[in-house]
Amino acid sequence: MVIDEKLIKYLEDLSFIILSNEERGRICADLENIIAGMELLSKLDTSSIPKQDLSLNLKTDLRKDEVTPSFPRNEILKNAPKANAETFVVPKTVE
Amino acid sequence: MSLEMIIGIEVHAELNTKSKIFCTCSTAFGGEANSKVCPVCSGQPGSLPKLNEAVVECAVKLGLVLGCTINRNCKFDRKNYFYPDLPKAYQISQLYFPICTDGKLEIDINGSKKSIGIREIHIEEDAGKLIHAPSENGTYIDYNRAGVPLLEIVTNPDFRSAQEVVAFIERLRETMLYLEICDCKMQEGSLRADVNLSIREQGNELGTRTETKNMNSLRAISRAIEYERERQLEIINGNGKVVQQTRRWDEDKSKSFPMRSKENAQDYRYFPEPDLQPLEISEERLNEIRKNIPELAQEKRGRYMSEYGISSHAAGIICASKNMAGLFEELAQKSKEPVEAANLITGELMRLINNFNADMDTLTIDVDKLAFLIYLVVNGKINRGVYKDIVGEVFTNNVDPEKYIAEKGLLVVSDDDAIIAAVNEALSKNSAAVGDFAAGKEKAFTFLMGQAMKSLGGKGDPVSVKRVLLKVLNEKNSCE
Amino acid sequence: MFELNALELSQAIREKKLTVVEVVSAYLDAVKKIDEKINAFLCINAEYALSKAREIQKKLDAGEELSKLAGVPIAIKDNISTKGFKTTCASKILDGFEPIYDATVIEKLEAAGLIIIGKLNMDEFAMGGSSETGAFGAVRNPWDISRVAGGSSGGSAAAVAAGALPLSLGTDTGGSIRQPCAFCGVSGIKPTYGAISRYGLVAYASSLDQIGPIGRSIEECAALLEIISGEDNKDATCVMQKPFAFTERFKNKLNGIKIGLPTNYFEKGIDNGVKNAVLAAAKTFKEAGASVIEFNMPFTEYMVPSYYIIASAEASSNLSRYDGVKYGYRSKNAVTLNEVYRMSRNEGFGLEVKRRIMLGSFVLSSGYYDAYYKKASDARSLIKSAYEKLFEQFDMILSPVAPTTAYKLGENIDDPMKMYMGDIYTVSINLAGLPALSIPCGFDEQGLPVGLQLTGNAYSEATLINAAREYQSITDWHTKKPGDVI
Repeated sequence: MVIDEKLIKYLEDLSFIILSNEERGRICADLENIIAGMELLSKLDTSSIPKQDLSLNLKTDLRKDEVTPSFPRNEILKNAPKANAETFVVPKTVE
Repeated sequence: MSLEMIIGIEVHAELNTKSKIFCTCSTAFGGEANSKVCPVCSGQPGSLPKLNEAVVECAVKLGLVLGCTINRNCKFDRKNYFYPDLPKAYQISQLYFPICTDGKLEIDINGSKKSIGIREIHIEEDAGKLIHAPSENGTYIDYNRAGVPLLEIVTNPDFRSAQEVVAFIERLRETMLYLEICDCKMQEGSLRADVNLSIREQGNELGTRTETKNMNSLRAISRAIEYERERQLEIINGNGKVVQQTRRWDEDKSKSFPMRSKENAQDYRYFPEPDLQPLEISEERLNEIRKNIPELAQEKRGRYMSEYGISSHAAGIICASKNMAGLFEELAQKSKEPVEAANLITGELMRLINNFNADMDTLTIDVDKLAFLIYLVVNGKINRGVYKDIVGEVFTNNVDPEKYIAEKGLLVVSDDDAIIAAVNEALSKNSAAVGDFAAGKEKAFTFLMGQAMKSLGGKGDPVSVKRVLLKVLNEKNSCE
Repeated sequence: MFELNALELSQAIREKKLTVVEVVSAYLDAVKKIDEKINAFLCINAEYALSKAREIQKKLDAGEELSKLAGVPIAIKDNISTKGFKTTCASKILDGFEPIYDATVIEKLEAAGLIIIGKLNMDEFAMGGSSETGAFGAVRNPWDISRVAGGSSGGSAAAVAAGALPLSLGTDTGGSIRQPCAFCGVSGIKPTYGAISRYGLVAYASSLDQIGPIGRSIEECAALLEIISGEDNKDATCVMQKPFAFTERFKNKLNGIKIGLPTNYFEKGIDNGVKNAVLAAAKTFKEAGASVIEFNMPFTEYMVPSYYIIASAEASSNLSRYDGVKYGYRSKNAVTLNEVYRMSRNEGFGLEVKRRIMLGSFVLSSGYYDAYYKKASDARSLIKSAYEKLFEQFDMILSPVAPTTAYKLGENIDDPMKMYMGDIYTVSINLAGLPALSIPCGFDEQGLPVGLQLTGNAYSEATLINAAREYQSITDWHTKKPGDVI
């Protein structure tokens, strides 16, 4: 399938990435190549696979409803590029 | 052409589990920003979710009560989107195999019943909160709410009016309160509803729908529906086309506004959550949960009527709150006078609750004291007026009725000498009324009775006073 | 001291022939010298290591048992969360990131008395097969520093191969432990999915990632695997209750072991040097008493496509959290929230990571999900059941690890498809969640190490390790060291 500019820009939008023109050209060509290789899969007969396939078939493991102390706030905020004493800070979100 | 409005809703209910859905942080409302946060609910690199079993129990309980199929194998999926309140940039939810499907809930509109289909109930996690500082050019992020468990209840497009929607949410709210799985406080956001609304020509295919969010009361929901109905009708009548979009209700402006177009063209790229195993609910576990389902409002109402012989109206008022129902049952048992107990709750107690703006769901009152008062009034030891006063004293000051009555000397006076004296005093002071009575005016008797009671300080045993008054009046008449 | 393997080293420490501080200091010096040439380390914390060394020495002096690797220095791939060391995943987007918690494997290592001295270089977010895609430079192969170390756990394999450390931890999503081990001539294990906690492993592809040990010999790896394996209440996918305990179960015999040899793996696209060495190893196993049975591996053409679809899909979601809001890099040029997101991600991620995020977004996007992601998941189920059938016939499968030996730096970096095909022998094992190990089995004509891979049924680590140990008892490939580095 052809990976055109429109699709690449759509994928950038979904991925929250803005590529430079040079990167876009490269990745466009690479994706076209890679996806061509993946199209081989359409030949595989998968009709025998049940609709609800539980891929790794492992046992469900639940947790008891118990509270333990949370992390100190300064730890949670420690790596934030921008924060005040209580919260993370980002430029104003527009509503 | 005849147009009809079609509505389906999505209700988000925050579950009142102790800990969050995937980590052991507390779900308590409020508190300092980011004080209930850990690596899991703040999306630190490498952290992993571990599902809280109480969340599964809540979902199964509600599903069973709503007559849903409980899917014994269900799975979690990731819903991917970027927003600062979503720390992992994906929400763990259930798209492909939700835990409950295909249920219904009956609503009652002015006596006629209607069944609303429940398409599915799924489990998901809540997002954090954004705080917009109006003066500054920044948004602050608080993750305390991130990871609080939610149930999303999705209905079929079965509603035809705002009234039906409100009735449904009220019934659902009552059900969840009885199950004790959600606080259902719309103002605090623990119960939220999004409305999908479209207009069609009757019998035709569904029209284009819009989704309206951000209503935080039943009244707001009702108004948002009316607003959206008018808006769409105006478009259709002007031969325009309704655009599919998500709208945000602004309570202050009483209007809804379309959200940014970005949020209207979302491609969430759902896929199975690889960090959690498929959830398997054993037959054994299912039965265990089924056994733990408490009696619900509907069942209680019926039982109160048949078992205690109270009116449907009274049963309705009492069962509107699980707390009040519990209070009633205790009082009925302790006083052995269920009808009297029902009257007390629906009458005096409700009046007090309204006057003091108290919360029915959290109200506590000493039931032993109330039962004692019922005993006194039923057995003619105190009068109705005194009874009401003391109920009020118990409600506001938690007084001890026995002491209070003794101190104030409120016991009924049934001593004939005192009554005869009071009656004579009333008659001598009101000779005109005595004459009226002789002339056959019934009202005069009631007046004289009141005067006699007044001179007894309201404590006279009404039966005795009546007997003595009649006797004295009749003697008077026959003498003349 | 450098002649001792990890088990001997710990024994010497526990017998008070050496102190932990002596050992750690010596290795810190070795690392400094060696790493100038191979760039295997991203972070070294000598102060932390020495203080831990003193702490462990005290415990040993007080008579605590700890483990049979107590006091041994180790380094950790940089995608595993460590409180004492920056954790960057070799990405600019996490440059300077200081984790606020330790991964479960780190807690287990420290409880067992191992001394972490640093963090190891890798491909950015473990995406790559050459350890060239990291933001902090390529890892170089100790056997020839003009060549790649393999990847993505290139730093983990190169550091051990060069003698900078007796042991390391790597991670394996599609061959990322096994292939660099083969390229660098050391041993490594990719455990069964569900045997090791992933809590604290910075996710690339959650349904495929596993942490595993790297060492010179399989016996050292096995000892480390025992320590890091077993239940963790923080990881719902870690389902093995008790840690592995191999030693008691070693039989030291290959008699009666049935080994499957997939002949179609040797037909095309494989270097002669690799083919010859692996087939010679098959002969060795046979001579030692195993029966080697040839068969054709099914679904081979679907393995790499399925793997890249599933891995990229999960990666695109897992890497969405790096957005310049909570931690990591935020673009200096960003003004609006939208710019914070998009510019930080664009400037913070390298090309290969962006390529896979875009690919993952594509295979999950509406309209393509069924044809790509769903189809790949179905293929995964078929591959898994094919393996189940094979293990009704065989105790294990013997195969090459990679079709080539270590190539020149830069040789494949511009050809992602060629790079991806290098994973042909390893990815299906992650898709099926099975255990596999990689051990040295010879050299090609250029003197570069070749590795072989043994794959077994789920939780058959003991059987695989037993066979590998027997092989290493009759061969000496794993004892060869690159001469000119140390």
